[in-house]
Amino acid sequence: MGWLADPEIAKPIGMLIFFITFCLILFWVYGSRKRGEKLEEYKNIPLHDDDDDEVKKDKSNG
Amino acid sequence: MSATTLAAAEQYDYEIIKKFSVMAIVWAVVGMAVGLYIASELAWPFLNFDSPYFSFGRFRPVHTGAVIFGFGGSALFATSYYVVQRTCQARLFAPGLVSFTFWGWQAVIVLAAISYVLGYSQGREYAEMEWPIDILIELVWVSYMAIYIGTLMKRKQPHIYVANWFYLAFILATALLHTFNNLAVPVNLFSMKSYSLFSGVQDAMVQWWYGHNAVGFFLTAAFLGMMYYFVPKHAGRPVYSYRLSIVHFWALSFMYMWVGTHHLHWTALPDWASTLGATFSIMLLLPSWGGMINGIMTLSGAWDKLRTDPIMRFMIVALSFYGMSTFEGPLMALKDVNALSHYTDWTVGHVHSGALGWVAMISFGSMYHMIPRLWKTEMYSVKLINIHFWLATIGVLLYITAMWISGISQGLMWRAFDDYGNLQYSFVESVAAMHPFYVMRAIGGMFFLSGMLTMAYNVFQTIRQGVRAAEVESVRAATATA
Repeated sequence: MGWLADPEIAKPIGMLIFFITFCLILFWVYGSRKRGEKLEEYKNIPLHDDDDDEVKKDKSNG
Repeated sequence: MSATTLAAAEQYDYEIIKKFSVMAIVWAVVGMAVGLYIASELAWPFLNFDSPYFSFGRFRPVHTGAVIFGFGGSALFATSYYVVQRTCQARLFAPGLVSFTFWGWQAVIVLAAISYVLGYSQGREYAEMEWPIDILIELVWVSYMAIYIGTLMKRKQPHIYVANWFYLAFILATALLHTFNNLAVPVNLFSMKSYSLFSGVQDAMVQWWYGHNAVGFFLTAAFLGMMYYFVPKHAGRPVYSYRLSIVHFWALSFMYMWVGTHHLHWTALPDWASTLGATFSIMLLLPSWGGMINGIMTLSGAWDKLRTDPIMRFMIVALSFYGMSTFEGPLMALKDVNALSHYTDWTVGHVHSGALGWVAMISFGSMYHMIPRLWKTEMYSVKLINIHFWLATIGVLLYITAMWISGISQGLMWRAFDDYGNLQYSFVESVAAMHPFYVMRAIGGMFFLSGMLTMAYNVFQTIRQGVRAAEVESVRAATATA
């Protein structure tokens, strides 16, 4: 495993791992319309908490 | 929809949030007053009174400790306990520990301030507390993490709202940072002094890994958690894009961890390490601006609220300062810019555009939203909130403009050579040239502190109003049942 500690090998491997992870996150977030709609529904959570205040709810963003 | 029909004040633990909110305001007044005093010391050095107890060196960590950990920390405890309960529809886990986090955290701030004035300091920026206080912080923080995770596990809402992700990242990262930056061997059990486990350039690298991530996770991620709850909540509209908030979270959390070495450009640190820090700093611009746009665009289609609502104005101006300082930061992380800006007042100005413009303003906006709801009343005076907004805005602008001029002048004077290759200016000439800007900075601080005092008065009257209304209500209820 000593070869893995060589900076010239470890650096590109590290970059690939992180870049692929980032692409997977992007794919998870934007890859499916159905999943996207479900994720966007979660943004209403702060407006759903039982509220005894009089903030008027305007949902034009979602 | 809400999982329960109980009134919020009965369903949730609001007492702890009230305590932290009040202390946030107390520490803001104390910390900003000390900040104004030390800014005045730099403009009028007689204020040091030739006494070590009044010296800039001892008061400076009192200022940073009181505003970052006292005001910022208490505001974060208060808002995170509020947000996690309301978005999870669950009461806080472990009430005994909850109380310990309050008293423990307040003890940390007081003990730290006393120890600094007496001359005890580790000499590590934003981590000056000596080892016994560090252990108390560790205990409070682990309790905080247990409460937060425990409450998330009790949630009735299946999804964990994104604000909690940011708060959790802040709690976890701060635990790691505090632990590793403070690894030290005490001189003996009855001594406040200790030696760091690291030495030389490694010690510097650990310190700035801590230092910049304190900015990244304590002063940014945590306040983004505040933003992702209070901006949509106050606007009465959901955040612009939930998917963007997810990308914002992961990109920010990953990238911040790497940027600390940009504080050590042109030092004994290997060049590749500081280049890596600079590279990640530039990349960080993307998630930072993504988050800023997400917050600001939440108001899309309802911009009129900015004209009519000073609380909304606090929040949106805070996001604008967040955008500005996260543009300035990567710029200053570039080696060539850093060669000019480092060790100058430009850095001080940059920190304050983030700390006053972003951190303080988003906290003010959130607390103006939350405090009347905690005491079931309305703010005593909206006009005073408006006055606070303008005092704070003028104060920040005066402060950062003074520091830009001062810092760039310093950088240029220190690198100027005459025709013979000698330094054109002595150091003391650069100090003398800064005097007008130090006065201007102190005036900016006076504006900001005046705004803070206005808020303290407004909040005091609001609480009094809420308490009186509750008393009248309970008397009425008792009469009705009699």
